[in-house]
Amino acid sequence: MSEPLLQAVDLQCERDERILFRDLSFSILPGTVARVEGPNGSGKTTLLRMLAGLNDAWSGNLLWCGKSRSAQREEFIRNTLYLGHRPGIKPLLTPMENLRALTAGRRPLPDPVLRQALDGTGLTGFQDVPCRNLSAGQQRRVALARLLIADEPLWLLDEVFTAIDASGVSAIEQLLQQRAAEGGAVVVTTHHDLRLPGMQRIVLGGGSTDEC
Amino acid sequence: MNADCRPALTLRQDTVGALAAMQTVFARDMKVAFRQRQDLLNPLLFFVMVVTLFPLGVSPEVSFLREAGAGILWVAALLSVLLSLDHLFRHDFDDGTLEQLVLQPQPLFLLVLAKTAAHWVLTGLPLVVLTPVLGVMVHLDGNSIGVLCLTLLIGTPVLSLIGSIGAALTLGLRSAGVLLSLLIIPLYIPVLIFGTGTVASAAEGAPAGAYLALMGAFLVLALTLAPFASAAALRISLFNG
Repeated sequence: MSEPLLQAVDLQCERDERILFRDLSFSILPGTVARVEGPNGSGKTTLLRMLAGLNDAWSGNLLWCGKSRSAQREEFIRNTLYLGHRPGIKPLLTPMENLRALTAGRRPLPDPVLRQALDGTGLTGFQDVPCRNLSAGQQRRVALARLLIADEPLWLLDEVFTAIDASGVSAIEQLLQQRAAEGGAVVVTTHHDLRLPGMQRIVLGGGSTDEC
Repeated sequence: MNADCRPALTLRQDTVGALAAMQTVFARDMKVAFRQRQDLLNPLLFFVMVVTLFPLGVSPEVSFLREAGAGILWVAALLSVLLSLDHLFRHDFDDGTLEQLVLQPQPLFLLVLAKTAAHWVLTGLPLVVLTPVLGVMVHLDGNSIGVLCLTLLIGTPVLSLIGSIGAALTLGLRSAGVLLSLLIIPLYIPVLIFGTGTVASAAEGAPAGAYLALMGAFLVLALTLAPFASAAALRISLFNG
């Protein structure tokens, strides 16, 4: 069995004087999809932001490739892709410009590759329309186009299925599964009833994790 | 969705150069600004209006305007930069661009510096370009206008840099306007004093070199310290958001 990419040991997080979770431990292995579950307000997004390095109000240990994450922050950031509720899409820019700006700081790609990625998310013909003229689902798809060209081994995806239609949802499910088969690791929060073979579940509110 | 274009899976060690990443940030900010031109015109219009209202409201006398002109222009420039500061990070914060910026494998202070540079090019620089016209309007002589432009050229980047700290600190607040002004204005005062002082001494025929050197020192100080402070403040605002 390969070494876990990301390992959480005894995480505890307090928000507004309320303990969201405590003694939360889990490992994210390469080749797995992990789903963070829990009712609204149970701290799913907070956990994901913690994992991404966007929140430091927690205690416990986070290990990246077996070593403390804080000691190798840059390596961690380079190899992790985080997509939040608000995925960084500028309404005034076109999908192409958005995708170019979002990828250029990590790994610049030639325009045909970006165009192909947007095609792959069903945005053919919309590449050069300002994003504010697109629907909510289409705007999400611009962000999701990043997944088609991302080479980061760890993906942290917050509510990826929001505003996506049924065929899009099954395409994302397929993509996640394919990603796991390639050896990537995915942590996803969703209220969508996501069921993938071998999916790991991280249950908040109860504070335990198990395999299904 | 098909994923044919994705490369094989390995841990990455290489990264994009910091300069290229800064260019990307700068170019995106410029592009967004030019898609929303009325936001660009706002500080300029404010600048022109304040300067125009002084002769109407106080006195159109040549002697008064020549005396107070440089001060009026400096105060108006300062206020219009202040007015534009809230936009510096606000939109990026709201649409999630800032999160992606923090998660880029480059030092955050460099990316903040690129954003601040874009802010200056879009607000400070146009003010400097407009200054000669308004200077003539308030009866400043040629020499004073030259020195005034020079002080604004050195001074407005300082305003943008110091302002970026305040904008970053107040990002998490819903109504940041008043607090932002309270935080930033005291730090702007030395720049204002030396800016107008330079023009006043030049108008009396004294050499302005020493004043300009001091303003240059302000700029160097702001350039080296403000991006670090803004980056730290951004992290705080983002982590609590």
